Amino acid sequence: MSMNSIRDTFFEECEELLEALVEGLSQMEEAPEDIEVVNAVFRAVHSIKGGAGAFGLDRLVNFAHTFETVMDMVRGNELSVDEKLMAIFHRSGDQLSDLVASSRDETDLDETSEKALIKELEGYLGDNAGADDFSFDAVTLDFGGPVEIEDAPAEESIGERVFKIAFKPKKELYENGHEPLLLFDALAEFGPLKVEADTSRLPDFDLFDPNDAILAWSLTLQTAETETTLHEVFEFVEGLCALDIQVDGSAPVFSAAVAAAPEPEAAPEPAVEAAQDNEPVAAAVAKPAPAAAATPAKESRGPKPTLRVDLDRVDRLINTVGELIINQAMISQRIEELDLPTVAHLTNELEAYKLLARDIQEGVMAIRAQPVKPLFQRMSRIVREASDATNKKAKLVTVGDSTEVDKTVIERLADPLTHMVRNAIDHGLESPEKRDEAGKDPVGTIRLSAAHRSGSVFIEIADDGAGLNREVILRKAIEKNLVPKDAELSDPEIDNLLFLPGFSTAGQVSNLSGRGVGMDVVKNAVQALGGRISISSTPGKGTTFTIILPLTLAVMDGFVISVADQTMVIPISSILETIRPNLRDIHVVGTDSELVSVRGSYVPIVDVADSLGLAETQEGPKTGILLLVSTETQGLTALRVSSIHDQRQVVIKSLESNYTAIPGVSAATILGDGKIALILDPEELIKLDHSTGFDLIPQP
Amino acid sequence: MTTKVLAIDDSRTIRNLLRVSLEGAGFEFHSACDGVEGVEVFPDVDPDVVITDINMPKMDGFGVIDSLRSGPNRTNVPILVLTTESSDDLKARARGAGATGWIVKPFDDASLVSVLRRLTGHVS
Repeated sequence: MSMNSIRDTFFEECEELLEALVEGLSQMEEAPEDIEVVNAVFRAVHSIKGGAGAFGLDRLVNFAHTFETVMDMVRGNELSVDEKLMAIFHRSGDQLSDLVASSRDETDLDETSEKALIKELEGYLGDNAGADDFSFDAVTLDFGGPVEIEDAPAEESIGERVFKIAFKPKKELYENGHEPLLLFDALAEFGPLKVEADTSRLPDFDLFDPNDAILAWSLTLQTAETETTLHEVFEFVEGLCALDIQVDGSAPVFSAAVAAAPEPEAAPEPAVEAAQDNEPVAAAVAKPAPAAAATPAKESRGPKPTLRVDLDRVDRLINTVGELIINQAMISQRIEELDLPTVAHLTNELEAYKLLARDIQEGVMAIRAQPVKPLFQRMSRIVREASDATNKKAKLVTVGDSTEVDKTVIERLADPLTHMVRNAIDHGLESPEKRDEAGKDPVGTIRLSAAHRSGSVFIEIADDGAGLNREVILRKAIEKNLVPKDAELSDPEIDNLLFLPGFSTAGQVSNLSGRGVGMDVVKNAVQALGGRISISSTPGKGTTFTIILPLTLAVMDGFVISVADQTMVIPISSILETIRPNLRDIHVVGTDSELVSVRGSYVPIVDVADSLGLAETQEGPKTGILLLVSTETQGLTALRVSSIHDQRQVVIKSLESNYTAIPGVSAATILGDGKIALILDPEELIKLDHSTGFDLIPQP
Repeated sequence: MTTKVLAIDDSRTIRNLLRVSLEGAGFEFHSACDGVEGVEVFPDVDPDVVITDINMPKMDGFGVIDSLRSGPNRTNVPILVLTTESSDDLKARARGAGATGWIVKPFDDASLVSVLRRLTGHVS
């Protein structure tokens, strides 16, 4: 284990501790008197400080120390938590998190807010200020010894002197795990040492209590060391023994044995090194009744055991499982091709293989899955900062934060989610006064929820604000030439204008949302994860964004289809229904636009082959199979394909990293016959198709 | 004979640092992530010296010292307290509870090793 990997572990651990800190702080708000919660918060800060010290991260240590000291006062009931202090704690948590991040990435961090916070925190210290001045680098080890000889205070070395040391342990000295012999060893390192044991109080054997402290020693040491240094050897046993250290002949007398000691001048030659002769006696006393080590190992009651694994290894495994699924598909196909007369049992085995492969795949994906809790927790800071910046009041409510999502998804959702939460406060929530007027709680609620539903992950960001002002949105869109002046749009269509590149509802650029990131960026990020985002809004009640993501980025269920004699895959999740249309249901509008009538309403048809620029297979109105898909911006559309072959799980292989991005195609997969099939992106496909007459929303 | 160390600390970082320092110096290293686990594994590990953190969940360092110094599994094994505080108050409390000595974090390897050798008498 290298120092670097320990450093990595430290920062990983910091993330966990910061999570615990955020969680603890929000619990403190609910139950400020719960000492366990305060303890947990204290420990989190304390552990960060402890680790940071080891890596010389002074700023982090100093800030954590101040934070921790105030928290310790709360812990000790010296300080009660009010709203103001709670706010300072939250900000301190944020600051700590920033300091950790800047230490990890070795980037500069502006000191302004850090200094201001330290000042505010110190304002609470009162009498504690300074009393516990924490010095980070001054003390590395609070134990005197040979290694710190040069640190001994001012007493100058004045050549060799002879010390008389009277040492009489109390019972507690042994009970605290001390061993006189080892102290003598330490002294012997300073110079010739003569050790004499006073055994006069040793009782008869039948009266002997091994737990009692019976022996005393008188020691004579010739050394150039100072008296302070000698005292340091006894630092740990201070109070656990009677100790007297004197220069030369003025040693006190515990027993006659000392009086009989030779004159110090005589010490050099007869000095007994490390008192080997005394060992049997010392040992007999120092180790009374060794602990009965026979206690059987109890079952661990600790947290579930965990194993930390390099992410690369997991990804390698996921990749291999992907290959396994492809392999299984291939075997199935080969066997089918063999056209064996009795394949019933073989088919059964094969089906079992398929199920096992799927089990393995799900198991492996579960390794990558992580609860959304940390992600949601991070949003509490955003809510705090955003409501401060906009002078609004907001609280964050999270639901389903134990919902597990792929690690990559969580990582890549952080930015979009941050932006949406900011938006919700900046644009969604009304000012406290307005809310009051409207008969609402002046404190707005931002609700983040996550849930698994039908093989997808649903993440909702809801505010209880005023709802979207559709009039303003439409006007903006027209002003910006995003829609024609005379466009008549439905409410959902207007709502979806928010996702257009370059759209911004803010009449004035606020200091919060004016960061050049629009909802289009959010949308792109979600789509890059294979997900969709939708919006719904009720005037006066609020706005809800829903992000729907696939459970995994590695495998998906798809229809294997034929388009212009090519085999392709289309995600099942995007398909509402499949239609084999009658010719009379298809209507040609204008030159080449087609509509299909589905239960009385007309749905535009997009020919997949046309969109992709593949060779036409027939002229005139075509039937084929229509896949009804619903997309956010393009509405209900029917995609025309030649035929559907199969429904199966396919392994997603990135096209960009292996080839190049193709419009209308999201990725590729390998089929059972070993051939590569493109995975279609319905929404992009529809955009590509110029035959759709419903181009209300032009592309940039 | 190798000296066995049982380190009890809730911080993975500190446990790792101790492991590197001590294994490098020839000690046999065992660890536990909180007081309860530390006391539980103590009989099995049967260490020559225990290093314990003070602030830990479930059972703190004082609890560890208390458990090891009293009750049926009473032991006189040296217990070093690993602490970020260097206040006399804390030292007195630790000593009162039965700690053998203390080390202030951040510790330096050489001093830690020398203290351990001093407390155990083992020289590797």
